[in-house]
Amino acid sequence: MNDLSAAFTSAVALITNLDAELLAIIGLSLRVSLSAVALAALIGLPLGAAVALSSFPGRGVVVALLNALMGLPPVVVGLLIYLLLSRAGPLGEFGILFTPAAMVIAQTILVAPIIAALTRQVVFDLHAEYDEQLRSLQIGWWHALATLLWEGRYSLLTALLAGFGRASAEVGAVMIVGGNINHVTRVMTTTIALETSKGNLSLALGLGFVLIALIVAVNAAALALQKFAQRAHG
Amino acid sequence: MRWLIAIVVAAASLAGTASEDQRPVTLAATTSTDNSGFLNYKPPLLHAGTGIDVRVVVAGTGQAIRYAERGDADLLLVHHTASEEKFISDGHGVERYDLMYNDLVVVGPETDPAGVGGLQDATQALTEIAQKKILFTSRGDDSGTHKRGLALWRDANLDPAKNGSGWYREVGAGQGAALNIASSLGAYCLTDRATWLSFRNRGTLKLLVEGDRRLFNQYGLIAVNPAVHPHTKADAAQTIVHWLLSEAGQTAINGFRIGDEQAFHANAKPSS
Amino acid sequence: MAYVQSAVPSRSIFPLDLRNVCYSKAGQSLITDITVTLQARGRTIVMGPNGAGKSLLMRLCHGLIRPSAGQVNWSSEQRHAQAMVFQTPVLLRRSAIKNVEFALRATGARARDRRELAEAALQQAGIAHLAHRQARVLSGGEKQKLALARAWSIRPQILFLDEPTAHLDPSAVYAIEQMIKSIDEQGTKIVMSTHDLSQAQRLADEVLFLHQGKLVEHAAALVFFEQPHTPAAQAFVNGELYWE
Repeated sequence: MNDLSAAFTSAVALITNLDAELLAIIGLSLRVSLSAVALAALIGLPLGAAVALSSFPGRGVVVALLNALMGLPPVVVGLLIYLLLSRAGPLGEFGILFTPAAMVIAQTILVAPIIAALTRQVVFDLHAEYDEQLRSLQIGWWHALATLLWEGRYSLLTALLAGFGRASAEVGAVMIVGGNINHVTRVMTTTIALETSKGNLSLALGLGFVLIALIVAVNAAALALQKFAQRAHG
Repeated sequence: MRWLIAIVVAAASLAGTASEDQRPVTLAATTSTDNSGFLNYKPPLLHAGTGIDVRVVVAGTGQAIRYAERGDADLLLVHHTASEEKFISDGHGVERYDLMYNDLVVVGPETDPAGVGGLQDATQALTEIAQKKILFTSRGDDSGTHKRGLALWRDANLDPAKNGSGWYREVGAGQGAALNIASSLGAYCLTDRATWLSFRNRGTLKLLVEGDRRLFNQYGLIAVNPAVHPHTKADAAQTIVHWLLSEAGQTAINGFRIGDEQAFHANAKPSS
Repeated sequence: MAYVQSAVPSRSIFPLDLRNVCYSKAGQSLITDITVTLQARGRTIVMGPNGAGKSLLMRLCHGLIRPSAGQVNWSSEQRHAQAMVFQTPVLLRRSAIKNVEFALRATGARARDRRELAEAALQQAGIAHLAHRQARVLSGGEKQKLALARAWSIRPQILFLDEPTAHLDPSAVYAIEQMIKSIDEQGTKIVMSTHDLSQAQRLADEVLFLHQGKLVEHAAALVFFEQPHTPAAQAFVNGELYWE
């Protein structure tokens, strides 16, 4: 109980003081995770929609795989990306190991299946409703795909948020490929892990509260936007 | 496929990756040097001394050496001399330098159920713990401290990893995490002094054994061999090595304190 | 016989020939051996109780589903010569006029023509004032008028209407019926299903009467409503208005 109240006090102090260092860490967390979500959306939205609109043998397997990949272990993805980006690895020449770019790539891989799987479900449901109308208008496959993604934009926001939650909360992948370098690749989760290892438990938990508050704030803003837009558009 | 990857990399670089020439030096350093705040206290030690931007990637000695072997670091600061010498003989490093030392200590619960407090002989202390089967947390992560711990157990003619079931816990984690666990379990733990001094979650843990010659903990400094890893920032790395070994560098090391205790003792041999 | 379209001169797709068309699903025969020819003129009303196969027949004609056996033949194949309005209008999450422009864009209409044609279609449907309202938040009647305007905007040669007034209040039903008549007068063939007898009497030039997936009567409206031949049609016409 004492620890918790100390953590709470430290969270309040962190937020009220907001020193430049903490702001930089929060900024990097947001930049990395939002970039990863944006990239993952570029991959996951069309991929999920394409799976929803296609029928081919083995489609059930693809859907099951997509759903399973939602649970990719971050530390495994981190290790995989580490081996790829390491100087001794196939992509070593780009020299981006231990940079934010490497963290973005790892988180993109974690997030893309989530966005793809949730998109598939959303577009699949929409397709059931719109299919005949779109075929009646002789809308082509690609145009239908784009149309359904746009029609599902409010529901798909939830998919993006799920992806953002995953990205901003994971520590296993960014720790390995980012290296938790002070001022360079240190984000909220790796800072929490570091402070925990230094035994600064109340500071670590305080940072945890700040991270949770941040995720809640992003979600609340997005959902408020969604609600507002949905009411206007039906 | 290649260009596709290049695009993804470029897109991922929104946060701005420095180009090859401006890339800072990457130092793979052991946990104790970083957790204690030694490398990044303000102003950052190496940048203040050399003007070079240094990025510190923290890992246990084993992992840090593997980073360097793969060419992912330009400089190595670790504490397991045998592994360091192997790194050199394998051709990955230019030369190994003694940089500084501190010591390892055994910490344990205040109540000291094994009765090791004040002992000078580390192997005797470990033998007491083993005989009474009191909880002991080992890092089990191939770090320098872990390897030193294993050597001490060997000196005591014990093999707890094999027969220590019930009281010998391999936690597979860094020094801080191992201390956190020891603190909650009321277990004994081997740790380097710098980490112990800066560790905040001691709970009932107390420093119990120190001063054995075998607990001497030498840190070595190695620049990665540019002949093996051509992309390495060899010049900048050499500059840093020179500075750390110089009088200015050695004085800076001795000046670093945790609380009022000196955390590391510089012991570089004067360069010939 | 050949009817020249207003906007784009194109060859007629009529007559439409259905030859021994069958449709079955999960081993159940839902449409059985229907052979019929539809001409370019006249409003054709597809009647029959619920489950008789009215919707399926129109979807088979429109090409949304393929017959299990038999053939659906148009005299010429042309893109965007057909349109359909569904019982529950499927509107996109955008403004009313953008919904119409969406359909026009699919036909390849030029951007500057789209706005003009869309406005004309909304005008025709009497909902020009709703052009910039969000389609999904319109009332039921307004939605169906918009769906009709969208279907008509591409100036199809044939317009299928699947019970378009099933859920609407009387004034909306009236408005929709007026629109259907006007579309017919402008040269678009109307094929509409309904199980509302009085609506059929108001609109029909000819009647296709379905019973349990079979076409049991195909007759001019006057003949059908005066002297239905089959017992099923007789029962339907003799006041079994909402026969389920």
